Parts: sequence; C-alpha cells; structure tokens
Amino acid sequence: MTNTSGDVPAIEFRDVTKRFGDNVVLDGLNFSVPQGQRITLIGPSGSGKTTILRLLMTLEELSGGLILIDGDPYTHEYKGEKWVAVPEKRRRVVRNRVGMVFQQFNLFPNMTVLENIIESPVHVLGKSKAEAIADAERLLEKVGMSEKRDFNTNQLSGGQQQRVAIARALAMDPEILLLDEVTSALDPEIVADVLDVLREIAETTDITMLLVTHEMQFAREVSDRVLMFDKGQIVEEADPETMFTNPSHERTKEFLKAVLGG
Amino acid sequence: MTDDIQELIDRLPALGDAVLVTLEMTLGGALLAIVIAVVLGFGSRTQSLWVRGPSRVIVEFFRGTSLVVQLFWLFYVLPVFGFKMEALAVAIVALGLNYGAYASEVVRGSIASVPQGQWEAATALNMTWFHKVRRVIFPQAWALMIPMLANLLIQLVKGSALAYYITLQDVNFWTVELRRATADTFFSYTAGLIVYFIIAYLLTWGMNILEERAKRRLGRGTRPTLRETFSLKPPTNPRLANTQMPAGGGAA
Repeated sequence: MTNTSGDVPAIEFRDVTKRFGDNVVLDGLNFSVPQGQRITLIGPSGSGKTTILRLLMTLEELSGGLILIDGDPYTHEYKGEKWVAVPEKRRRVVRNRVGMVFQQFNLFPNMTVLENIIESPVHVLGKSKAEAIADAERLLEKVGMSEKRDFNTNQLSGGQQQRVAIARALAMDPEILLLDEVTSALDPEIVADVLDVLREIAETTDITMLLVTHEMQFAREVSDRVLMFDKGQIVEEADPETMFTNPSHERTKEFLKAVLGG
Repeated sequence: MTDDIQELIDRLPALGDAVLVTLEMTLGGALLAIVIAVVLGFGSRTQSLWVRGPSRVIVEFFRGTSLVVQLFWLFYVLPVFGFKMEALAVAIVALGLNYGAYASEVVRGSIASVPQGQWEAATALNMTWFHKVRRVIFPQAWALMIPMLANLLIQLVKGSALAYYITLQDVNFWTVELRRATADTFFSYTAGLIVYFIIAYLLTWGMNILEERAKRRLGRGTRPTLRETFSLKPPTNPRLANTQMPAGGGAA
C-alpha cells in the first residue's frame, strides 16, 4: 500500500476547499510535502493552518478537493466524474500512517501513562502486549518520562502530559506527525523541555512533520520549509532562513514583525 | 401491638418472597433500562436522522406517559393483540422502558460532557467508533452518570410498587396483606416504609461503591478500595501515594 519510493510526496493537497457554513477557510489550496520534510505553517489566527492539520487527521471533512498520502486517496477520490468520500475502512489503512499531537494533550484520564501509550498499538495495530510495553518503555525513556509509567495522567504537569502525548503518537510508528501548537498551553519555563524532545525526534527519525507553532526560533531550527498562510492561501513559501530574515511578501513582513516584536 | 408483631413475624417468610419479587423487578427493570438508555442515548447523538428521529420519539413517548397507564396497557391491552406476557415480565418491560427513557437523557448528557478532544485523540490513534466509545468515552461518561442513575434506580424501586396493581405479590402487596390481617393501618404501612427504605438504602450504597470505583479509574478517587484498606502491605500504587507534582514539572 505504502509508496515511499521516488518522488511521490508524503502529503499532497489538491484544490482543497474547506467551508464552515458561509465561512471559506481554505479555497482551492494546492501544496505537497516530500517524504521526510519538516514544514512549519505560520500565519495569523484564522488563516487556516490548524484546519490543514485537522483535515489531515480527518477531524474535519473536506468541502472539496483531494488529500493524498503517499499518493493514496485518503479522504476523497474521483470515481469517474464523481467526487466521493473514501470508505472508512480504506481511510483507516491510510490514517495509520498519520499521527497527531494536540495543544491540549488529550491524554485519556481513565488510563495510566503506559495504558495511554499501548492502547492503540495493541488494539489497532495488533501488536502483542509485551512488544507494545517494550516499545512504550523505550519511548518513555526517550521523552524522559520513564518514572511516571504507572501514574494517572492527572498526576502529571502540563509539560509531562505533552511529553506522554508525544510518546503516544510515536508509538503508532507514524510516517507523518502533525504538531498542532503543542507548546501553546504550557507555562513558558516548560516549553523548552517539550521542544527538546521534539528536536531530538526531528534529528533521530525521518518522520515527515507538519507543525503549527508560534515558537519561531524552534521553527527556524527544525524546519526545512516554512509556509506563510493568510486567508486560506499560501502567500509565501521559503526556507526558514529566508522567511525569517528576508521575507518578500508584505503580509509576511507585517506578521513576523507582530509576532517577533521586531 | 404484640399481636401485630406476632403477625409480622409469621409473615416474615412471605416478606422474603415479596422482597425477591421487588428486587427481580428492580434489577430486571434497571438492566433493561440501562441497555435502552445507552442505545437511545447514543442514538439521539448521531448525525443520521433515521436513527435520531425514532430515538427522540421513543424517549419523549415513554417520558411523557404515566407508568401506571403503561403497566395497565401492557398487561390488559396488549393481550388483546395476541401478546400475552407474565405480570413480572410486564413490570420489567414497563419499568425498563420508562426509566430507560429518563436514563437515556442522563447518558446523552454525560457523553456530551466528555471533552471533544478525547474523541479527536482517539481518532488520531485510529480507533474505530466502537473502540473509542468502549475504551475512552464511556468509561469517562460512566463516572459522571452514576450519581444520576442512582437517583433513577431509587425511583425505579419505588415505581415498582405500582406492579401490585397488575397482580404481582411484591413488598407493596405484602404490606396490604399485613394490614388486612392486623387491621392496623399505621403499623402495616410503617413496616412497608421501612422495608422500602432498607432496599433503597442498600441500592444507594451499592451505587456509591460503583461511583467510587469509576472515579478511581479516572484517578479522582478519594478512598482506597476495601481490599486496599484491609491489606497489610503499604499501597504501592502511585495513584494512592497522592504525590503533589511541583508546578514546574521538569525532566523526570
């Protein structure tokens, strides 16, 4: 099923449109992400960045267009001339390649830290419990949470919860990881811990990453490419160095000036 | 008075039978009610009008009609159409439908108060709808709904007294029989009150245990389990250690 060879992009948006009622959030958006690339989406709130991640996680339904993962139809496809939704059964096969970390962590409070991590590897991927636990322990080690293995999630601080959430997403072995403002709900002094974890993942894996963040310094360090969004359109696209030091579009200059306070 | 007490003692075996009938109705009715509540509670949340419509209609119908009339209807009218059920079955069905309709609102409300983020995280982990509900959503909603379901259960016990009118020999029947034998209204009905109170009290106690258990699963429990209380070993579960996390968290 997976086609990782050659130049098939990991993610491809074709004429993607998303409307909430009369409000058009994305209007005929086209872009693609090559395998293993790290992309940061920046732009003012309401510009459609988070919607892109939510569409990729199938938390929202498309209003038009297609999303392909490794060239495979994910949300919709054309049958002849007709634009139809991909059946849930096939969608699930593709969804296995995509993972997401949320702003509000969203750990399951009815499970311990370990149970949160092994739930889907065991019940969705069909791993043996022993194998899932071994993987979970390795991941907990990686995010520095080994000691909290058997804790309830509400005994953890926000930063700790987010590190568990990252481990939980990685336990599904995603090819694509979506990071939706993962440090926005954290106290400033904890943000660095979580970013360190993400930086290490970026350095030690070849997972394709799409991040929406307000941490511009971090975006600059880890991303290969930065996309500036405004009103559901990409207004500028550049490597981080160019984007942050020498943006060409007027809208980008205004935005960066506002967030960087420069 | 001594005659009354002698009469009561003579009728204790009959009381055992009567309590059994009341409990059968209560547990049977409650079981049916919870199944109906879960089905209708989820049914009225779905997008599909074909599921949601009938769910709403059933809920509104059974909430909106009297339990006595439902009992009479099932017991006296349904046989006219060729469906004849035993009195106990009629009582269980009527109680189950009636309280199931009320409880479905409780289920619906509790499901709705589980944060949307929990559904989304479960989707991100590629769970099926059923998997999400069974392992993530319902366990959280369950802790919220138990206190309200406990109230309904007590009402159901008391509602079951109406089954006396369709010939069931329950606690209510026993009370009436006692009054007939002693001709002492005060004594007999007071005895009846006490019996119902004890049943309701025991059920409340049982529901409290369920609630405590459900809360502890969410790490919000306040009391250790009986086994943990009587255990000689110190609690090893970090859940009970009640450690206060420093606000900063930091690397563990």
